[in-house]
Amino acid sequence: MNVVATRNFGAPIRRNEDARLLSGQALFVDDVELPGMLHAAFLRSNLAHARIRTIDVSAARAREGIVAVYTAEDLGDYWAPGPLLVPPPPIADTVFHPRTQVPLAKDKVRHVGEPLAVVLAQSRYLAEDALSDIAVELEPLPAVVDLEKAQTETAARVHDDVRGNVAARVRQNRGDYAAARARATHVVARRFHYDHGASSPIETRGVVANWDARADHLTIWDTTQAPVFLRNGLAGMLGLSERQVRVIAPFVGGGFGPKIMLFYPEEVVIPWAARKLNRPVKWIEDRLEHFFATTQERGQTHDAEIALAADGRILGVKDVFLHDTGAYNPYGLTVPINSQCTLLGPYVIPNYDSTFTAIFTNKPIVTPYRGAGRQHGVFVIERLLDIAAHELKIDRTEIRRRNLISPDAFPYNNEIIYQDFAPLSYDSGNYEPILDKALEMIGYDRFLAEEQPRLRAQGRHVGVGVACYVEGTGIGPYEGAKVQVQANGKVSVATGIGTQGQGHFTVFAQIVADQLGVEVRDVDVVTGDTDQFYWGAGTFASRGAVVAGNAVNEAAKVVRQKILKLAAEHFECAEEDLEIADGQVSVVGIPGQAVKLGALALKANPMRGAVRPGTEPGLESTQYFGPPGGATASGVHAMIVEVDPQTFTLEVLKYVVVHDCGTVINPLILAGQIHGGVAQGIGNAFYEQLVFDEEGQLLNASLADYLLPTALDVPHMEIAHTVTASPLNPLGIKGAGEAGAIPVGPVFAQAIEDALGLLERKIELNEIPLSPGRLFELTAKLR
Amino acid sequence: MTTDTHDITVTVNGTPYRRQVEARLLLSDFLRHDLLLAGTHVGCEHGVCGACTVLFDGAPVRSCLMFAAQVDDHAITTVEGLATDRDHLHPLQEAMRDCHGLQCGYCTPGILMTMKVFLDETPSPDEAQIREALSGNLCRCTGYQHIVEAVQLAAERLRG
Repeated sequence: MNVVATRNFGAPIRRNEDARLLSGQALFVDDVELPGMLHAAFLRSNLAHARIRTIDVSAARAREGIVAVYTAEDLGDYWAPGPLLVPPPPIADTVFHPRTQVPLAKDKVRHVGEPLAVVLAQSRYLAEDALSDIAVELEPLPAVVDLEKAQTETAARVHDDVRGNVAARVRQNRGDYAAARARATHVVARRFHYDHGASSPIETRGVVANWDARADHLTIWDTTQAPVFLRNGLAGMLGLSERQVRVIAPFVGGGFGPKIMLFYPEEVVIPWAARKLNRPVKWIEDRLEHFFATTQERGQTHDAEIALAADGRILGVKDVFLHDTGAYNPYGLTVPINSQCTLLGPYVIPNYDSTFTAIFTNKPIVTPYRGAGRQHGVFVIERLLDIAAHELKIDRTEIRRRNLISPDAFPYNNEIIYQDFAPLSYDSGNYEPILDKALEMIGYDRFLAEEQPRLRAQGRHVGVGVACYVEGTGIGPYEGAKVQVQANGKVSVATGIGTQGQGHFTVFAQIVADQLGVEVRDVDVVTGDTDQFYWGAGTFASRGAVVAGNAVNEAAKVVRQKILKLAAEHFECAEEDLEIADGQVSVVGIPGQAVKLGALALKANPMRGAVRPGTEPGLESTQYFGPPGGATASGVHAMIVEVDPQTFTLEVLKYVVVHDCGTVINPLILAGQIHGGVAQGIGNAFYEQLVFDEEGQLLNASLADYLLPTALDVPHMEIAHTVTASPLNPLGIKGAGEAGAIPVGPVFAQAIEDALGLLERKIELNEIPLSPGRLFELTAKLR
Repeated sequence: MTTDTHDITVTVNGTPYRRQVEARLLLSDFLRHDLLLAGTHVGCEHGVCGACTVLFDGAPVRSCLMFAAQVDDHAITTVEGLATDRDHLHPLQEAMRDCHGLQCGYCTPGILMTMKVFLDETPSPDEAQIREALSGNLCRCTGYQHIVEAVQLAAERLRG
């Protein structure tokens, strides 16, 4: 008896949150309207690098409808550079120069869009009018844009005290690459460039702050992925206790990484202004601002080589790369460490020597965006293998197969350090069946043997691409959850992470519904409200379902025990004789002997009389979960593409994803995560590029120029899953949020090369993003 | 700056409103912040993303590219006008839920308004037609596949 039913866990259940979102009743930050609210607009630098001579705000202050205008000076002691969010992992001989962003620029501006002043007005329209009244005198400095030039002695310095603009240098080493290379029968060495762009959620960032002077309490609505961290930090900066600050991340319109960044200048300035003026203040980023004021990812240049045995086995890889970290590096080394680690992929690479140098440039700040540097590393290893396969005359998929880590080798320790400071150890995996399944679904053998020759004979240019990847997911430190049975029989769940569309309101409800025998729709999940749940880290690194999901499960298990104990007392029977289902507890085999969960919840909170010592009221529990390390998901993407040899436009004829993220909670939601990831990967591979000129000006800062893929650019995708449960958490799940986006670049490069027969003509596509224009340039020697 | 204002009468979701608006007030801001119909979302304010799409006399328009003053004597339908309440969703909304056609839900109101008119005009669309009709609305979460499936399902249900 008392077996937990799993009718919800694993089922493609419709989402709890959808009715609110579909009917236009979900609260987003810009929907917060408060009496007397002021609206903020920021004056931003139009130069990438300059000394600030003067800022004169007097005319702006005098304009009708303007309540206040502030510069860095007005912030007084509140002005301070932001904290270093992620310290460097403990890797010997690491060079690291943290330089973090400031609330309003003082002395110097370091990227276009860095805020110089803020206007608070009766309306956003008036606030923006007043921006034109502010007189700013900037002395232009040479912009640091190119990663190689940035390191020269004569280069300008983004931070005057950082020589060569070197933000960091890290070497990680496994085995002895030089010896491996000496043994190798074949070496491939190439330069690769991989550029990752702007996450571009359809909802930009926003902050609303309301200071309640009567209660000495500050409430902040923020589009953050990390409400608890934001609450703690702001309380510290403002000299308040954490309990005096409530951060609410309500419905958030997409995040994809940059909304985990804090403290953005606006997040620091708006709450301060609200308290100073004793008025609610709203700031909503516009799309133009988003291209400068929200963090992005960017380019890396890799000089990589792979040493192989004659049969295509990898003996070792050496990689030296440059990473563009933008004007500040508050997120530490996460992105380049991910590149360095994820390059190893699902392969046995016994000798590895990787060194990266992170460079400050006069461009917006780089922090993780879906994939968070993993793409860059995957591109390098997958391209090296493609080129090696071609040169060794081994099939592309066969060279991968020969190097896969075998299923009996787990846990597999790569002997280097990952972004979570733990050794890069893969918890579990079974890679060959994933490759087999993907090849079967794409029809690899038949395509090469029959389809491609047939279509080529018709003059069509079709090709296939296949790439493998792993993704470290579900990292610590921890998350928590509180599960509570309500008097109306519903169950509430609160957790500290924020949600940006991942379906947490449903997947956490599924976990609880099974434990407590209630309907999924009767589980009410709250995320991202620090007054509902006090502790937590945030939504990042594909960790929400893994870390918070397991905390929810642990809490629900304790509540289940409390329910059974109380019901056993109620019926004066053994717990083993009880069954929890349909929102009630019943005595097995005795019809009519049942009590509803709501009634038990009331009973658990007696209003009069005495209780036994140690009695806790209510049917509730708060539990925490922290994994010992990340759970490693894996997958293979495959694509058949047709290229128009005149226009270099593409048509994706077939796209296949086979993915292993351990136990699946909700396959419908999981499919959505994969689809969306692939779409962003396609954008990265072929459509999206942030184009900076030599002065650090972004030349395509609009959605008319920075092209997000549309429904015509993203193909129908076929998805399959294999399941290798993670041993690192009781539910056996691995994260899935980023996987779809990670291997798309190498799939595109390989498939396009194949379609146009480029390798045979000694043309390699060793860069991402590609585009019709770039393909035209790269294939010039064909004409 | 002297502000030029206009008195307008507009019917939104069947309810008439009379308001004085600044000439430069965007229709999107008017709907969201004056009428407090915040279901219409603003994504780019330059007419590309389609999140702010509403119906102007039954035709989909981008409310960030129109001024409130332009809707004087016209009828606007927003996402709040699609269903009577959360428990009685429009078949298109139901299909979006059934097919997991939304994740963060921010672009969803604009997609619903665009696809509603599309289905009125094209009751039996094929996938290519749906993708073409959807291509003016950007979604950053879903990769569109579940939205396409939802529109197909809604079309089937609406045909009965």
